[in-house]
Amino acid sequence: MAALLQLDQITIRFGGLTAVSEVTATVQTGELVGLIGPNGAGKTTVFNMITGVYQPSGGRIQFRGRSTAGLRPFEITELGIARTFQNIRLFPSLSVFDNVRVAFHLHLKHAAIHSLSRGPKFHAEEEELREATLGLLKIFNLERVQNEPAKSLPYGDQRRLEIIRALATRPQLLLLDEPAAGMNPAEKVELMRLIQFIRDQFQLAILLVEHDMKVVMGVCQRIHVLEYGRKIAEGTPQQIRANPAVIAAYLGQESTAA
Amino acid sequence: MLPRSQILLLASLILAGVVSAFSGNMDTYFLDVAMGVGISVVLASSLNLINGFTGQFSLGHAGFMAVGAYTSAMITTTLGPKFGWSQLGLQWVLFPASLLVGGLLSALAGLAVGAPSLRLKGDYLAIVTLGFGEIIKVVLQNVEAVGGARGLVAVPGHTNLFWTFGTAALTVYVVWALMNSTYGRGFLAVADDEVAAEAMGLNTTRYKIIAFAVGSFFAGIAGGLYAHLKGYLNPTGFDFNKSIEIVIMVILGGMGKHVGVIVAAVVLTAVQEPLRQLGDWRMILYALILILLMILRPQGLFVWPLWTKKTT
Amino acid sequence: MAELLQQLINGLSLGAIYALIALGYTMVYGVLRFINFAHSDVFMVGAFVGWYAVNQWRIPSGTILSGLLVLGLAMGVCALLGVTIEKLAYKPLRNRSTLTVLITAIGVSLLLQNAGQKVFGANPKAYPALFPTSQFHFAGVMVSSNQLVVLVVTILLLGGLHFVVHHTKIGTAMRAVSFNATAASLVGIHIDGVISFTFALGSALAGAGGVLYAINYPSIDPFMGTMPGLKAFVAAVLGGIGNLPGAALGGLLIGLVETFVSGTRASTFRDAIAFAILILILLLRPAGLLGKLRVEKV
Repeated sequence: MAALLQLDQITIRFGGLTAVSEVTATVQTGELVGLIGPNGAGKTTVFNMITGVYQPSGGRIQFRGRSTAGLRPFEITELGIARTFQNIRLFPSLSVFDNVRVAFHLHLKHAAIHSLSRGPKFHAEEEELREATLGLLKIFNLERVQNEPAKSLPYGDQRRLEIIRALATRPQLLLLDEPAAGMNPAEKVELMRLIQFIRDQFQLAILLVEHDMKVVMGVCQRIHVLEYGRKIAEGTPQQIRANPAVIAAYLGQESTAA
Repeated sequence: MLPRSQILLLASLILAGVVSAFSGNMDTYFLDVAMGVGISVVLASSLNLINGFTGQFSLGHAGFMAVGAYTSAMITTTLGPKFGWSQLGLQWVLFPASLLVGGLLSALAGLAVGAPSLRLKGDYLAIVTLGFGEIIKVVLQNVEAVGGARGLVAVPGHTNLFWTFGTAALTVYVVWALMNSTYGRGFLAVADDEVAAEAMGLNTTRYKIIAFAVGSFFAGIAGGLYAHLKGYLNPTGFDFNKSIEIVIMVILGGMGKHVGVIVAAVVLTAVQEPLRQLGDWRMILYALILILLMILRPQGLFVWPLWTKKTT
Repeated sequence: MAELLQQLINGLSLGAIYALIALGYTMVYGVLRFINFAHSDVFMVGAFVGWYAVNQWRIPSGTILSGLLVLGLAMGVCALLGVTIEKLAYKPLRNRSTLTVLITAIGVSLLLQNAGQKVFGANPKAYPALFPTSQFHFAGVMVSSNQLVVLVVTILLLGGLHFVVHHTKIGTAMRAVSFNATAASLVGIHIDGVISFTFALGSALAGAGGVLYAINYPSIDPFMGTMPGLKAFVAAVLGGIGNLPGAALGGLLIGLVETFVSGTRASTFRDAIAFAILILILLLRPAGLLGKLRVEKV
C-alpha cells in the first residue's frame, strides 16, 4: 500500500545554506510518527515544505499519491494536511469560537454572495457549523470560553485551541510543531493522552515535531531523526534509543534524554 | 420572513425615499451637507472593508472613486441629451444604471490593481495603490474626451437624498453581511495572520481580491453620486489628499469597526464646512490628529466596548 | 547622437537627486522596516532652508564657497529635523504594527506640508542662484554649471556615505542593526542611537537633494516634495530596498527613464511612468535589482 505521505529526497537551500538535504521519509495512514533532532536540524523547515510555505529546491513530496509541487498552502490544506505552529499563530482578534469556525471554511457550501442574500440554506448551514464548532470545543473543554478573544487564553489552552482549529479543516494528516513547548510535566502527560485520543477519535495520521524525548518516545510508533538537515536514523522508539548515531548526535547532548 | 438585517435595510431604503420626497422645502445648504455625509459613509465603509476588516492598506480610494465618477458622468451627459431621457423622466433609469456601470468599471479597476499587487505587504501595497491613484489622475488630465485638465462640466444634478442614503444603507449592509458569516470571518483571519489563514485552507489572495473589488465597486458608485451632486468634475479633486481624507475617517472610527467608521464619516463630513473656516489650519489639525491617534489610541476614537464584534 | 548625449546628461543630473533621496528611504527601511513617508517633505524643507539662507539670513550667494555653505546649512537643519521627527513621532511606536507607523508617517508628511504652507506661504518662490552659473558647450551638448554641481556634489556625498557606512564604528553598527536588530542589541549596540544617526544621515542627504533640485528648477513650494519623493521611493524599490548601492543605481535609472520619456510624445505621462515601473518591478522582481528577498520565518 502506498504511504499517506511520502517525502522523496527533499532538499531545500536558502542562498548558500542547505537547510534540509535529501530527506526521505513516510507516514502511513493512521500512523503516529515523530520527527526529532537537535535545534536547527531542519524539522520545522520540513513541515514548511510539506505544507507549501516553502517550495523544496529538490526532491518530491507526495500526499495520497499526488505530488504537492507548486501548490499553495491553502491547496495543500484542501488535500487533507493541517498543521499547528511552533510559535502559536491563532487569529488574535477573533474569539475562540470564530478561530475554530473560520477553519471550517473548506467545507462551506456557501460563498460571499450567500452572506448577502442570507436565505434559509445559508442559515441552516451556519447553524450546522455552529454546532460542529461547539462540538469540537466541547470535546476539548473550551466551550466555556468560546466568546473570549483567543489571545486572552492561558498558554496551554492556546496550544489546544490551535490543535482544535487544525482539526476543523478535517485533515487526514495532522502536523504538530512542538506542542509540548513551554508545558510543565503534568501538562505534558496530559498532552500525550490528548495526542493519542485525537488520533483514535478523528482517525488521522499525526506527524509530530518535538523536542521533549519523553513525549516523543511515549506516543510515537516510528521516529525519524534529523541532524544538520540530514536524516541519520529511523525506527521504533526502542531502536532509536539504542542507535549509536542518534545517541552521539542528540541524546548525548541533552540532559532531558530518557 | 426576511432576516432582521434585511428588514432594517429595507426600512432604511423606504425612509430615505420618504425623506427625499419631502426634501423640496429643506434648506439647500443642509441638503448639500446631508448628501455629502451619505457619500462619505459609502466611501468610508467600503474602504473599511479593505483597510479595516481585511487588513490591507489602500491609499488609492479616491482613484477608484474617480473611475466611477467619470464613467457615470460621461454616461448621463452623453446619453442623456441624445435620447431625450430627461424629458421622458427616464433619468430614473439612466442615472442608477450609470452609477452601476461606474461601480462595475471601478471594481474592474480594483481587480486590475489588486490582482497583481496583493502579494505585497502593507506598506508596499499602500504605495502601489497611491501610485494607481496618481496614474488615474494623470490619465484623466490627458484625455481630452473627458475634459482633460479643465475637467468635466454640466453634469446633471440627479443626486438626491434617496440615492445617497439608499446607497449608504446598502453599502453598510453589504459590508456587515459579508463580515457576519463563516465565510466572512475569513476576511478577519486574513487581516490577523495570513500564514495561519492559508494553513487553515483560506485562499488569502481571493479574499483580498474580493475585498478590493467590492470596496472599489462602492467607491465607484460614491464617485457617481459625487459627480451628480457637484455638477462638475476635476481630476485634481481625486488626488492623494482625497484618499487621505477617507483613510482618516476609517482610522478615526476604528479600523474594522462598523459603527465607529460610520460615526467618523458623519462627523468629519458634517464639520467640514465649519472647519474650512480654519483655512490652512484644517489640514494641520488633521495631521496632528492622525499622529496623536496612532500614538495614543490606535484602535480609533469612536469605539467603546458596546460596539465590539460579537459572535453571530 | 548629440541629442542622446544631452538626454543622458540631463537624466543623470536628475537621477543623482533621486539617488540622494532614495538613500534616505532605503536606510530607514533598513533599520526600522517602514517607509518614511515624511522623507519627501524633509527634502522640501532642505530646499526652503536654501531659500531662507539667501533671502532672509543674508548669506551671500553666487560663489562656490557660499553655495557649499548653504548646502551644508540645509543638510544640518534637515538632519536635525529628521532626528526630531523620529524622536517625537516614530520612537513611541517601536514594536507596533507597520501600518500604525506608516499612518503616523503619512501624518507627519501632511503636517510638514501644511505647516510649510503656513510658514513659507503657498505661492511658489523663485530660487536664488546659489552657485555661479554658466554654460558649457561641446559637441552640440549643453551642460549647465548647476548640473555639474549636482553631479560633483552627489559623487562626493555618495563617497562620504560609503566611507561612513563601511569604515566607521557607527556605520558598522548601522549595518548590524539592519541585518538583525535583536542580535545587534544583544551584542551591546545602542539601537536608539543608531536609529537617530540613520535618520540624521538620510535627512541630511535629502536636504542636500532639496537644494540641488531647487537650483535646477525655477521655483519651490511646500508641496514640491511629493513627486520627487515618490519617484525616489520607486528608485529605492527598484534597486532593492535596504540596499545602498541599489538606491543610488535605482535613482539614476529612474532619472534617465524620466528624461527620455519627457523627450518623447508621451511627455505628459512622465509622472505616471515611475509608478508603472514600480508595479512592474514588484511583479517581476520584488527584491529589486540588487536586493535579496527575505524569507518570512514561520
